[in-house]
Amino acid sequence: MDLKQIHELIKIINKSNIGEISIEDKDGKVTIKQKEEPAVTVAAPAPQVYTAAPQQAPAAPAAAPAKPAAPTKNDNLLTIKSPMIGTFYRRPSPDKPILADVGTEITPGKVVCIIEAMKLFNEIESEIKGTIVKVLVEDASPVEYDQPLFLVEP
Amino acid sequence: MDPMFKKILIANRGEIALRVIRTCREMGIKTVAVYSTADKDSLHVKFADEAVCIGKPAGADSYLNIPHIMAAAEITNADAVHPGYGFLAENSKFSQICADHGIKFIGPTPEMINKMGDKITAKETMIKAGVPVVPGGEGLLESVDQAKSLAKDVGYPVILKATAGGGGKGMRVVWEESEMEKAYTTAKMEAAASFKNDGVYMEKFVEEPRHIEIQVAGDQYGTVCHMSERDCSIQRRHQKLVEESPSPFMTPELRKKMGEAAIKAASAINYESVGTIEFLVDKHRNFYFMEMNTRIQVEHCVTEEVINFDLIKEQIKIARGETISGRNYEPQMHAIECRINAEDPYNDFRPSPGRITTLHTPGGHGVRVDSHVYAGYVIPPYYDSMIGKLITIAQTREEAIDTMYRALSEYVIEGVKTTIPFHLQLMQNEDFRKGNFTTKFLESFKMK
Repeated sequence: MDLKQIHELIKIINKSNIGEISIEDKDGKVTIKQKEEPAVTVAAPAPQVYTAAPQQAPAAPAAAPAKPAAPTKNDNLLTIKSPMIGTFYRRPSPDKPILADVGTEITPGKVVCIIEAMKLFNEIESEIKGTIVKVLVEDASPVEYDQPLFLVEP
Repeated sequence: MDPMFKKILIANRGEIALRVIRTCREMGIKTVAVYSTADKDSLHVKFADEAVCIGKPAGADSYLNIPHIMAAAEITNADAVHPGYGFLAENSKFSQICADHGIKFIGPTPEMINKMGDKITAKETMIKAGVPVVPGGEGLLESVDQAKSLAKDVGYPVILKATAGGGGKGMRVVWEESEMEKAYTTAKMEAAASFKNDGVYMEKFVEEPRHIEIQVAGDQYGTVCHMSERDCSIQRRHQKLVEESPSPFMTPELRKKMGEAAIKAASAINYESVGTIEFLVDKHRNFYFMEMNTRIQVEHCVTEEVINFDLIKEQIKIARGETISGRNYEPQMHAIECRINAEDPYNDFRPSPGRITTLHTPGGHGVRVDSHVYAGYVIPPYYDSMIGKLITIAQTREEAIDTMYRALSEYVIEGVKTTIPFHLQLMQNEDFRKGNFTTKFLESFKMK
């Protein structure tokens, strides 16, 4: 790597959200760090050519430490999140069977749970295809918007 | 009188949500914060006892979404809702829905909101109650001749206003009869072009008006009182930037008259909760009813500091059925509030959302900061740009201004542009310091 390439790298980092870059080639290794902590945003990720080192939490005195944006993937698992606020039910009524349990195969359109709000029962349909790996919420408990409900293996 | 609320859901965000949570904490009331996905790191979420995510950032999906908010109240078992200001605070439908669900809306009833929400109804109610309103004709103008004859009764100068209008469009000031024909024609044309409705009505043009409003409160049993004035004449494009109490233009006599008028106005609708009557005051100290805000206002802190009362606490007490004494309150101190916005005063006050990298808030004697931001906080671009309110209190107006200047100099916010430089220059402006300003003041103010 020559000075010109390193110069270009520095320019690129300054404009980006990357905190630290390490590049290794046959000539050696270059590590470049940002002086200020980068913003933790949900902006588009850095270009794929470089590997970014993990971002460090910003030094905010009063605030709770910033966590990275909640991943919707756990390894390759997908999350079904709640589209509304209400009480989560696993059965359409107490005498009916559970709609979706660990091991259940689901396809787009399959009703996976009921969320009740203000006496209205809403059937929540899956938008994805796969197998339920984990149920994240207890029966008859309150859920909020975007709350993870099921982990699904596609 | 009902038992005190056990849990209040705050249907709002930002500094006012924090404000309400603080008072609830002191009163031993549990709090529920609601937030959009853009506000998950917001301070009101961290401070509340419980928090419920109610949707995507856009208002319609979250803070303006009545079903989502009601669902959140249901799953948390909240027994009351505080709507703050803006959003659903003056939405009579929301007030009604809360009532239908047995949840106390901390504010007025739907009827009270509607009576003051419609400008024509409000004006008629005020005229019946004997509250001075801006004189003018009733209804739309039919012809130039009718306009001329009406203007003779009202007295020049008059202003022609578009009935469907706003933002200054379809408005023409007419100083004498010879100007009427042209003004009438162009006002109608502009109204038609801007609002597809060429209806135009006439009012007396209040010259060099000051915006002076009176804080009121009413309980559920018909007692109404006032807590004196706030001068909010420092406005940019009809947005208040600085408020103070007492008004430098006030006299004891004017305060008595305006206070009585404000009580008449609130009593005319049997007003329950806290509210504000806004008046225009001309250079002769004639005052005219402009509108009533049936909610707590941004600048309520100014009144709190000069009469030493927690207005949010009063609101909550009234909501559960406590009586008020009926005593009126006059300012015991001088207080000024500067709204700190994430805007660039050097670039036409362009909004400046982003991450706050450094924050140091001012302190010391006579300084109050109501703000929901912290170092590391990212100001979302979806909501209004106000990031804090700086209030100073002193024995005299001059000292309140000097304390404000000192506090502004200490207020460090980096990472975004703020209006602190504007407020610093305003505090040193000769006319401002003398109290010589009307709502026109900022039109000729230039940043140095």
